[in-house]
Amino acid sequence: MAAGHAHPLYRSGDSPVHRLPPEVKIVAALVGVCCVVATPRTAFGVFAGYLALLAGIWVLAELPFGWILRRSVIELPFVALVVLLPFTGEGPRVDVLGLSLSEPGLHGAWNILAKGTLGVLTSLTLAGTTPLRDLLLGLQRLHAPQLVVTIATLMLRYVDVIAAEAQRMRIARISRGHDPRFLWQAGATARGIGALFVRSYERGERVHLAMLSRGWTGTLPQLSDRRTTARQWLTGLVPAAAALGLAVTGWVIA
Amino acid sequence: MTTDAAAPAAATRVAPSLAVEELAYSYPDGHQALRGVTLRIERGERVALLGPNGAGKTTLVLHLNGILAPGHGTVSVGGLPVTRQNLQEIRRRVGIVFQDPDDQLFMPTVAEDVAFGPANFGVTGAELAARVDAALATVGMSEHRDRSPLHLSGGQRRRVALATVLACEPEILVLDEPSTNLDPVARRELAEVLLGLDATMLMVTHDLPYALQLCPRSVILDDGVVVADGPTRELLADAELLRQHRLELPYGFRLD
Repeated sequence: MAAGHAHPLYRSGDSPVHRLPPEVKIVAALVGVCCVVATPRTAFGVFAGYLALLAGIWVLAELPFGWILRRSVIELPFVALVVLLPFTGEGPRVDVLGLSLSEPGLHGAWNILAKGTLGVLTSLTLAGTTPLRDLLLGLQRLHAPQLVVTIATLMLRYVDVIAAEAQRMRIARISRGHDPRFLWQAGATARGIGALFVRSYERGERVHLAMLSRGWTGTLPQLSDRRTTARQWLTGLVPAAAALGLAVTGWVIA
Repeated sequence: MTTDAAAPAAATRVAPSLAVEELAYSYPDGHQALRGVTLRIERGERVALLGPNGAGKTTLVLHLNGILAPGHGTVSVGGLPVTRQNLQEIRRRVGIVFQDPDDQLFMPTVAEDVAFGPANFGVTGAELAARVDAALATVGMSEHRDRSPLHLSGGQRRRVALATVLACEPEILVLDEPSTNLDPVARRELAEVLLGLDATMLMVTHDLPYALQLCPRSVILDDGVVVADGPTRELLADAELLRQHRLELPYGFRLD
């Protein structure tokens, strides 16, 4: 339904995962991430289990591993600090390849790396199989705060309009010979951003007027009356149940 | 258009689509934008509202559906006065197509945007779907229903903006500068759609030839008052009148 909104994290398809209602997928992903976070960090086998579970979903959703891997690079800046932990950590030390590393530091690094990666992979799986428009619909059906859904819907529509406006302003600037190379020459760019803010604010007011004119009452009407069946919920929550099973296993063996 | 129950006792004659009486308004900064405007538009009329920049045209439009509340005077639509209690019904009856379609079209897809208005006015299910289909068919945009407004041309966006208002089945259609930023073909296509509508219409414009083509009657507003009201051809042929109110026909045009 959202043909016009291809985003780089979405891979269109018609797999059973793609066809699941968005709210089911959101709940399943949320449960999955909570299970991962709650798993004791020393239950190494359980983390492998989560990865296998995700891999199973990718096969089902026809998401190539390489495609997922390239997009998971987004995690890198967030885990960069993790590298420091084994060197700076306190407590008993172990020798690895001639380096003396802190044992709690190693465990801490592993904890962040494993859980962070699994979280990113889960989110990528959700984003890869659900168009943005449907994610919003899912949030709306899950009774997410009305204001949040409205803001997200408007953002989805206007981020491109504002980006195009910024682009036109930039072209108009460089067409008049503006070529900032140093920080102190960036004044014009900064004023451009200020002007863009004011323009976007004014546009916001005009959009609001236009919405009021068509009877806006503060809530977005639910426009799709597709019902989600109990069967769809059950199917969609199978991976979530599996993740829950893995988390419990983790607590038992740890 | 179907519910006239709210109209007052004058059942013998049809209430005018729009009746503005002695409307005056000044902005909070003290600028007096309207100084006693009286205007009556009968059902089925197509009227152009002309005037220079700053004449009060937009201020008048924002009074028609109660976005601005008059300082003095009254507005009624199809016999129903514009008051706080009637606001929702008034906004259904007055369909405003704004100047920039990007301000009007805010939903992710065309069909959802067209459904937004009627859904707010309580239309649901099969009837809502039928309204959306009918409005998109009227403006010739049915095959683009699932696209994002962002990926449409200027003319297409304008027609979708018109459809979003038509889907509300308004008593009076108010168009704010409908021909701006349109190429000649899109401009003509929009005119054909508008001429094909069986609707009461108030068109705010600087495009005098467009007013002549679409509206048999014109009203000139200047400095917050109505300074002329008559057949469009007669008003536009009066060069002295146009000059007094900072209006002029494009180069090469003559009406006699």
